[in-house]
Amino acid sequence: MNIRQQFVATLEDVLGQDPRLVLLLGDIGVFGFRNAFAKFPGRVVNIGILEQATVSFAAGLAREGFIPVFHSIAPFVVERAFEQLKIDFGYQRLPGSFVSVGASYDYASLGCTHHCPGDVALMQQVPGMRIVTPGNSREFDSLFRESYAGGPTYFRLSERAHAQEGTVRFGQARVVRTGRKATIVVAAQLLEQTLAATADLDLTVLHYTTLAPFDRETLVRHASGTVIVVEPFYTGTLAGEVSAAVSEQPARIISLGVPRQFLTNYGKLADHERACQLDATGLRERIDKAMA
Amino acid sequence: MNEAETLRKLRRQIILAASTAREGHIASAFSILDPLWVLYGRVLRFKADQPKWEERDRFVLSKGHASLGLYAVLAHHGFFPPEELQTFASFTSRLGGHPDCNKIPGVEASTGSLGHGLPMAAGIAYGLKLKQSAARVFCVAGDGEANEGSIWEAALLGAHHRLDNLCCLLDYNHSTDRALQTGDLAAKFAAFGWQTAAVNGHDHEEIFRVLSQPGDGRPRIIVATTIKGKGCPPMENNPAWHHKAPSPEELEGMLAQLT
Repeated sequence: MNIRQQFVATLEDVLGQDPRLVLLLGDIGVFGFRNAFAKFPGRVVNIGILEQATVSFAAGLAREGFIPVFHSIAPFVVERAFEQLKIDFGYQRLPGSFVSVGASYDYASLGCTHHCPGDVALMQQVPGMRIVTPGNSREFDSLFRESYAGGPTYFRLSERAHAQEGTVRFGQARVVRTGRKATIVVAAQLLEQTLAATADLDLTVLHYTTLAPFDRETLVRHASGTVIVVEPFYTGTLAGEVSAAVSEQPARIISLGVPRQFLTNYGKLADHERACQLDATGLRERIDKAMA
Repeated sequence: MNEAETLRKLRRQIILAASTAREGHIASAFSILDPLWVLYGRVLRFKADQPKWEERDRFVLSKGHASLGLYAVLAHHGFFPPEELQTFASFTSRLGGHPDCNKIPGVEASTGSLGHGLPMAAGIAYGLKLKQSAARVFCVAGDGEANEGSIWEAALLGAHHRLDNLCCLLDYNHSTDRALQTGDLAAKFAAFGWQTAAVNGHDHEEIFRVLSQPGDGRPRIIVATTIKGKGCPPMENNPAWHHKAPSPEELEGMLAQLT
């Protein structure tokens, strides 16, 4: 089951269990949720293509005790409706989930209007906004169930998934393996490429699926010397958190992410990943250089 | 104290609060004071000592910069002591330049950024329908605010979802005509599928009559023609007073001229 199918399955299940949940679709995923529309009339709404009012509308629902879930493509959820997220959910401290698809360059061929490598950095600017980046379907399911009823939460879904086993918990980094030469902080779906790139290296690998609040404790416990941050969004997005975490020890922080430029090529997700050196080969090359 | 005297007292409280703070949108507060007076005095169901009473009617001040008007009316009805108005905009006050729902009893939504309140009110109205509640949602928005696209997005949502428990009073004081002409707002909302009415926004009986009329299954917009700064002649329709408090030298003259 891919992550979009998992999103449908998880939401259908939680809608059945929690009458507070109201799902607002920005005219996407409508076919996928066809059963949910029939099963939960009024609580699954194809709201239309009006993101700003939708986020405020969702805040109104939250004021009445509901837990709204708004789903659309990343730039339209985050960048179009950013002020509504900031004020109506952040400032008002209301619960609600914002579930995006189209992470970074997932919609490679649709071009820069549909790319969104800046969403996490923007969401970090909203105090109290929780940011969850599941690395695969299983992780989405558990992280959503664990956290949707808390404060405002951004779930960033990507087409790219890792196939690693292991249990993730909201707010906690997972120690994938330990080593001595450096520490890798890898976010979300890039775990697979990172492990492939570093299989023969003596490194610690920490996998982060919750980016805010950022689990500084696990990093402090495992960081020594060089910290390499592998991030499937704009380079340096996590640098502030990583830097704050290791502020009491000598550390060198190296960010390997999406370059801060418009990615004007098209093609497929894998083409962009390669061009950004976020595939296993590119990562290995950059990690070797950082460790040299 | 009769109604006119009470309203003059509220205007006086508003001017004094702004003067003490050296801050405040007095003219905007005066623009909506009469509609708020009618709403809170004769239309809204609420319990000031139980601001979260589940069956209350909800009120959202979408044009949050007119907060002083709302504060004066809330204080008059006992949501908090009128003396607190004098703390307006001070560092630790609950009463800021824009209302904060996490601080002030009776405030349903934190507004200030224009174009957020009406869509939030629509979401509240939808939520009340889901709960099968008989409570209603009233909202005051401004004509300048109607420049914002999110107001018209909310108009689409309100009509599509037939939110007949939502009523927006649009304070049409024409102060932003100099920037952008919004034209016949009642006709525009009618075209979006809303039940519309037009009133003199300072005529209490007319406002009450329209608010008391039965709905027809659609959300309602009441376009209230108002005078920005109403009740204080030097401020009336005077753009210089949009965001300004009287100096100590101006204060007595202003208070003396209140109608």
